[in-house]
Amino acid sequence: MAARAEPVTRSLAGLAALVVLGLTLGTLGAVVWRAGGLGLAEGRVGEAIAFTLWQAAASAVLSVALAVPVARALARRRFVGRGAVITLMGAPFILPSIVAVLGLVAVFGRSGAVNWLLGGLGLPEVSLYGPQGVILAHVFFNLPLATRLLLQGWLAIPAERFRLAASFGMGPGAILRWLEWPMLRAVVPGALMLIFALCLTSFAVALTLGGGPKATTVELAIYTAFKFDFDLGAASVLALVQFALASCAAALAWGVARPSGFGAGLGGVVRRWDGGGWLRVQDALAVGLAALFLAGPLLAVCLRGAAGLFDLPLSVWAALGRSLAVALGSTALCLALALPLALAARRGLWVQVLAVLPIAASPLVMGTGLFLLSYRWVRPDEIALWVTAAVNAVLALPFALAVMLPAAREMRQGSGRLAESLGMRGVARLRLVVLPAMRRAMGFSAGLAAALSMGDLGVITLFADAQSRTLPYELYSLMGSYRMEQAAGAALLLLVSSLALFWLFDRGGRADAGA
Amino acid sequence: MKTPLIAAGFALFASVASAETLHVYAPDYFASDWGPGPAIKQAFEAECDGCDLEWVTGDVLPRLMLEGERTDADVVIGLGQDETARARATGLFTPHGVDVTGLTMPVDWADDTFLPFDWSHVAFIYNSDKMATAPASFDDLLAMDEDIRIVIQDPRSSPAGLALVMWVKAVYGDEAEAFWAKLAPRILTVTKGWSEAYGLFTEGEADMVLSFTTSPAYHIIAEEDATKAAAIFGEGHYLYVELAGKIAGSDQPELADQFMQFVLSEPFQQIIPEGNWSFPAKLAAEKLPEGFGALALPEKVFFFPEEKAEAMKDEAIAEWQRGLSQ
Repeated sequence: MAARAEPVTRSLAGLAALVVLGLTLGTLGAVVWRAGGLGLAEGRVGEAIAFTLWQAAASAVLSVALAVPVARALARRRFVGRGAVITLMGAPFILPSIVAVLGLVAVFGRSGAVNWLLGGLGLPEVSLYGPQGVILAHVFFNLPLATRLLLQGWLAIPAERFRLAASFGMGPGAILRWLEWPMLRAVVPGALMLIFALCLTSFAVALTLGGGPKATTVELAIYTAFKFDFDLGAASVLALVQFALASCAAALAWGVARPSGFGAGLGGVVRRWDGGGWLRVQDALAVGLAALFLAGPLLAVCLRGAAGLFDLPLSVWAALGRSLAVALGSTALCLALALPLALAARRGLWVQVLAVLPIAASPLVMGTGLFLLSYRWVRPDEIALWVTAAVNAVLALPFALAVMLPAAREMRQGSGRLAESLGMRGVARLRLVVLPAMRRAMGFSAGLAAALSMGDLGVITLFADAQSRTLPYELYSLMGSYRMEQAAGAALLLLVSSLALFWLFDRGGRADAGA
Repeated sequence: MKTPLIAAGFALFASVASAETLHVYAPDYFASDWGPGPAIKQAFEAECDGCDLEWVTGDVLPRLMLEGERTDADVVIGLGQDETARARATGLFTPHGVDVTGLTMPVDWADDTFLPFDWSHVAFIYNSDKMATAPASFDDLLAMDEDIRIVIQDPRSSPAGLALVMWVKAVYGDEAEAFWAKLAPRILTVTKGWSEAYGLFTEGEADMVLSFTTSPAYHIIAEEDATKAAAIFGEGHYLYVELAGKIAGSDQPELADQFMQFVLSEPFQQIIPEGNWSFPAKLAAEKLPEGFGALALPEKVFFFPEEKAEAMKDEAIAEWQRGLSQ
């Protein structure tokens, strides 16, 4: 293990941790304080918790299980369009829930493409509505994320190990056992936990595709307690339940994960000598099916939006400008928080828990807490965009950490030791050692943060006025006044601009990596 | 350390600026560029001699409850009638002081705190191209073809969804839960808000959607599409009224009074039909846009006094939840 991080890094990491705690537990504290204490939620809370846990666990397991063959295929194959498939993996993640739902409906709905095909073949109709619909939507959102996280793990296995494996004449089975299994053991628990926590706070998607009140999640119960009963005490208890569930998942993942311990490589491009014959077919199928599954609903979003795109009012373009500014600001902040945390963190439980809190935080409680903390001193609409940028940065932090922590660990075990023995410090170390080693991870993190920030409606609803509307807000506003066609155009605009941001950052990070 | 100073500066600036500013809290759909907000602002500012009307958008009642006595709001607009009990209980409102004679509403209005400015009824909207005969009662709804699907909103998160469970409770009383259990197979899904549900309907995924009797007016007037219509039920429909109220602690009481008077005046009321796609609370029928004359409307409406509605609410939601969870 390398020496402790530099004092500056540790102070910055401490600061970042404080920001995260302030926005998650601090905002909850503000709500509890305003409520004058905690309270018990009415209604069927037990059922809501059970359904939430069940769907989140199923969605996480399925997303990661399906991601393994896809990531494996992307790791060992080079083909035309591979870059496009990898970029596509950023898309579903960023869509506002209603846009994603309408995209899924166009493919899997009653009059969607799948049922049209089944009908043509004389097969019975499949229904999108019910637990299967919730899980399908969550896999649509998270399969790409899981694939990218696992792919990151695969690409982090040093090229020398594969060369050695090939020279030993190892077949796919032996490579799986000696190289891929240890890597999966290190990466899969974190990916599972991340997706579990994401699905924990699902609300609009779970309700709409769940088919009715049976699909009540904890977040919906929070929403009801807050907006319907105005019972802030009960909302706080439910928010605590969400934190507790996610923290347990984080602790579990921390206990199960084992560092892969491949040691350092020279960072060369991985070449693979394994995987001919039927494995080629298997890989083609995995990538082909995943691309089809992801591209279908996205294509539907594009087709629906094309007509409305040229008919968009000026205010939508202004909102796009604001969204881009917010996304860039929040990306910069996210990296500024994530880098010191990733560099300072050893394999501590606290980082795992810290990294899951923002996802498990109820957006409604966070927004309310921020409102309570600020409204006496500033007008909420004055700070709406700043708040949005800061909150989005913290919401994206878990994803950035999931990507950057492993990269930082590899660096410490590799070039970090050399830098240490040379006594390289400060800016020189940052420029010559840290940034080159972290570049790919930082690019991917920045892409995720930017895209997430573009698509997130998050906490802005209590703050925004006409002058500070972001693009997703504008989209909902159009839908709310019957303008479905223009809303579809705005959705396409959102998809294209978020994807472009994601691609720019991600591409920038792996420009010279031959990937 | 500079932040509190900057904040204090902001606060000072805000209070100076608000000398001539009327803060009106409104839901997003009302104050957005596509709602009646911008036109109302323009009309009121032309009348009030140099004042400035500022829309403050968001979740009106929760925000008001969070702010309590400290609120900046002078007037609140866009409350639903099922929210009045909670709004009244905040103690933040003062009587509106507006003469309500001559209202063009299907019920008499006696509340002296909350002033109605528009109304509609909740109703199921269908596409007449795809559905030749629409159901004319809840029993018809239950007897529809098996493959007909309805999309509704969750009463716990949507005012329209709440109005629906109240409507069913009004018609079925103690049998409401049994009704929901029978309707369950016809319900495609339940959405968080109106937009998601209406989107599923316009996409053709659902055959019917819970909306308002005035919804077809949008399609007739803005899209020249006469295929969307409301199914009118013989039992009667639940009335949906939107309200405005004056905040007692307003620092602009005269301006707030002037705005409350303005709400029922003709310039305001004429903006409502094509701005908020509902019936104005006080406008002669001949002054309505043409598309509104063609709307099918129920003969009978359900409208309950506040206490009765409050007493029904929790049970109506619980029955809905049980009926649909079986």
